[in-house]
Amino acid sequence: MGSDVWIGGGGVICGIGDNLPECIDAFRRMSTGAGVMENLSSALRSSFPVVEVKADNFTLAARAGLPSHISRTALLSLIAAREAWESTGLGDIRNYRVGFVSANTVGGMDKTEDFFAEYMKDPQQGHLHQVVNHECGSITELVADALGIRHHVTTISTACSSGANALMYGSRLIRNNMVDVVIAGGTDALTRFTLNGFNTLMILDTESSRPFDDTRKGLNLGEGAGYVVLVKDELSEVLRRGPWCRLSGFANANDAYHQTASSPDGTGNYLAMKGALEMSGLKPEQIDYINLHGTGTQNNDSAEGLAIDRLFAPHYPQVSSTKSFTGHTLGASGGIEAVFSAMAVREGYIYPNANFTTRMKEVPFSPVTGFSEGNKIQHVMSNSFGFGGNCSSLIFSMSTEG
Amino acid sequence: MEKLMAALKAQIIEQLNLQEVKPEEIGDDQPLFKDGLGLDSIDALELIVLLQQNYNIRIANPEQGPEIFRSVRTIAEFITAHQNKN
Amino acid sequence: MNIYIQGTGCVSPLETAAEGPFPVVVNPSYEGARLKVSDPDYKQWIDIKQIRRMSRIIKMGVAAAKLSLAEASVEMPDAIITGTAYGCLDDTGVFLTKMISQNEEMLTPTSFIQSTHNTVAGQIALMLNCHAYNNTFVHKGFSFESALLDSIMILKEGNSRHILMGAMDELTNHSFNIISRFNRFKKEPVTHTELLQSTTHGTVAGEGAACFVLGTEKSDSAMARLTGLTTSYKPGSTAEIAADIIAFLAVHEIAQEDIDLLITGRNGDVEGDTWYDHVERTLFPNQAVGCFKHLCGEYPTAASFGMWAGCKVLSSGQVPADVLFKGKAPEKIKKILIYNHYKETHHSLILLTGC
Repeated sequence: MGSDVWIGGGGVICGIGDNLPECIDAFRRMSTGAGVMENLSSALRSSFPVVEVKADNFTLAARAGLPSHISRTALLSLIAAREAWESTGLGDIRNYRVGFVSANTVGGMDKTEDFFAEYMKDPQQGHLHQVVNHECGSITELVADALGIRHHVTTISTACSSGANALMYGSRLIRNNMVDVVIAGGTDALTRFTLNGFNTLMILDTESSRPFDDTRKGLNLGEGAGYVVLVKDELSEVLRRGPWCRLSGFANANDAYHQTASSPDGTGNYLAMKGALEMSGLKPEQIDYINLHGTGTQNNDSAEGLAIDRLFAPHYPQVSSTKSFTGHTLGASGGIEAVFSAMAVREGYIYPNANFTTRMKEVPFSPVTGFSEGNKIQHVMSNSFGFGGNCSSLIFSMSTEG
Repeated sequence: MEKLMAALKAQIIEQLNLQEVKPEEIGDDQPLFKDGLGLDSIDALELIVLLQQNYNIRIANPEQGPEIFRSVRTIAEFITAHQNKN
Repeated sequence: MNIYIQGTGCVSPLETAAEGPFPVVVNPSYEGARLKVSDPDYKQWIDIKQIRRMSRIIKMGVAAAKLSLAEASVEMPDAIITGTAYGCLDDTGVFLTKMISQNEEMLTPTSFIQSTHNTVAGQIALMLNCHAYNNTFVHKGFSFESALLDSIMILKEGNSRHILMGAMDELTNHSFNIISRFNRFKKEPVTHTELLQSTTHGTVAGEGAACFVLGTEKSDSAMARLTGLTTSYKPGSTAEIAADIIAFLAVHEIAQEDIDLLITGRNGDVEGDTWYDHVERTLFPNQAVGCFKHLCGEYPTAASFGMWAGCKVLSSGQVPADVLFKGKAPEKIKKILIYNHYKETHHSLILLTGC
């Protein structure tokens, strides 16, 4: 039904680069992002490395053209969304029916934390401008307003799969001819709230994370934003460089096992990947590369690995977790990794999985450890799994028409 | 040991908000997880904090949880062994 | 393709948490400018082992979901889609305040886990053992509408028979205190019979959960067709929204006179209500008008309560006296237009047709 949905552009800001070319360069140089926090202020500073965007709020605000007291979540979002739009060459955004579907999990929590420190002493204290944009939706609207988008604006929050779900909804908006273009992805800034939250789950690694490694000890939290620009058929022809690729399949499934943990055999993960393959009409062996969810926790990586084994054996595609570079950027990760995956199809990139030494005993395959380009890539799968059993899988495909 | 186990039962009920469970209904050797009291991995994390808060014992590796938290008695033994060590 | 509302469930400040018609006795208890949900005994829907970790919004959401599934006689939906503007505020507040007062030490995971915005949708999936599509929209005054649109688009794809969708938001002491500081609520005492006539600034705070089972078949329990939905973000003027309404009706090939009942989100705020005044006066001068926010309070997903009320009107063929705001209740009610806005920035139109 409706139009095909094409990837017309993308933008990323995260701990390994302020824009997409810088991120690709970091992969090429094997330059990972984890380190001691410099912008976030937390009692856990010396306990856990994080993958911060290497700029303070004043610098980001200047780049974004927003006031510096605005939540970092919005500053990151606007920078990446603008890069995504500009990469399309579509020109004045007001000439199109545009949707902005942005995911996040923390909203303006970075500012709410500061507000509550004052408010808890006296309920009449704390600057209201620190909480006025607490809601996840407020972050999206600050960015939509700055970009001049009014046709369709919404926000998705399904924990760590949020960004991927934004692409699914955006794709449906285009197929239903509600808009011509959708900027879809996600954003999240590091906050004390999430850092402490993951610490209570005891799944933060005290060193750089080692996704899909048998010795893995947990994840590193990161921050950033990533958006693709989804366009309908007619617009794919007027893109500056033509479409990057097509969003050929997607699915969301629920693990329905536990509020936070994955089922041991990765039921939800399996169903999401299988559903995405069904929508795209592809066989498992046609997938050339999987951008893993690969957080580096015991539970996620074994569940995801076993689900891949079940679906793909014996034709294992190349796999890697770019979270070994960017950290886990929560609501942004699905968006950031969608941009990397779409770029992989366009440029023939395969991204490395850093810090890998020992194959997991659960599965008979290992992630790719070096960056390569010029690969013949037809189809790339991107996985994103979150709390609440929320499992999403996207497939990006080379245009069949060439 | 009996006193410690009684205290633990009350603390477990409070920390985990086990409504409608009375301390005397928890057996000293009753399994706390799965078919026993029905606790899960989130509860195990809650219990780790309980030990830290009330007994100043830190468990750095959550994989130790299942062994220590098998029953009220195993928790009490762990606490006693740990306190004797110090 | 027609989309039918096959079941509804609602937890609100009224005694709505039961199958059957609109409650006969309507006496929402106002505490100043605050309306709290009338909590049913949640244990009738939720196992005692699961309830211990659930904050109110989770219990409200699960109860509304189970009620709607029961009314539709559906055990396993093909998708679960929720909307919540604020998410699990109580758990968020618990974790946040402990984090600050304990200097980031000795924190426990439960409130953090439960603070995640998709907790309600995830819990429903867990309880139903439902592996289907699961999504949560968190966009202020469009959270419910986005969830509704996602449901419609998925039903149109033809692979799903039943979708469980709904919206929920809770009010906490912190959120009431903080939003009060933005002067959003009335300073003077007010009752549900007076609120809508108010000539002062502000409204009353509310909360609630409303769920719906949507499907493509006219099942025995089907009470209404969801005929249309549209939203408008920050319209420039009352004239613009009036034009939007005319265009919306035209798309659905309906004349203004065909609307039997207009239900608006009027909330007693003298500024915000001018939008409704304009639409009532210029587009629907002869029609009966119903209202609902004096019964559930104002909150970002209150339109879900409005749609629930609309379903009750269509299924009973009657406009409850407490809902009727203006005009005479029509003898036959076939088409209802729900026009709601949140804070004058998020406007939505929902068209319901009797079946």
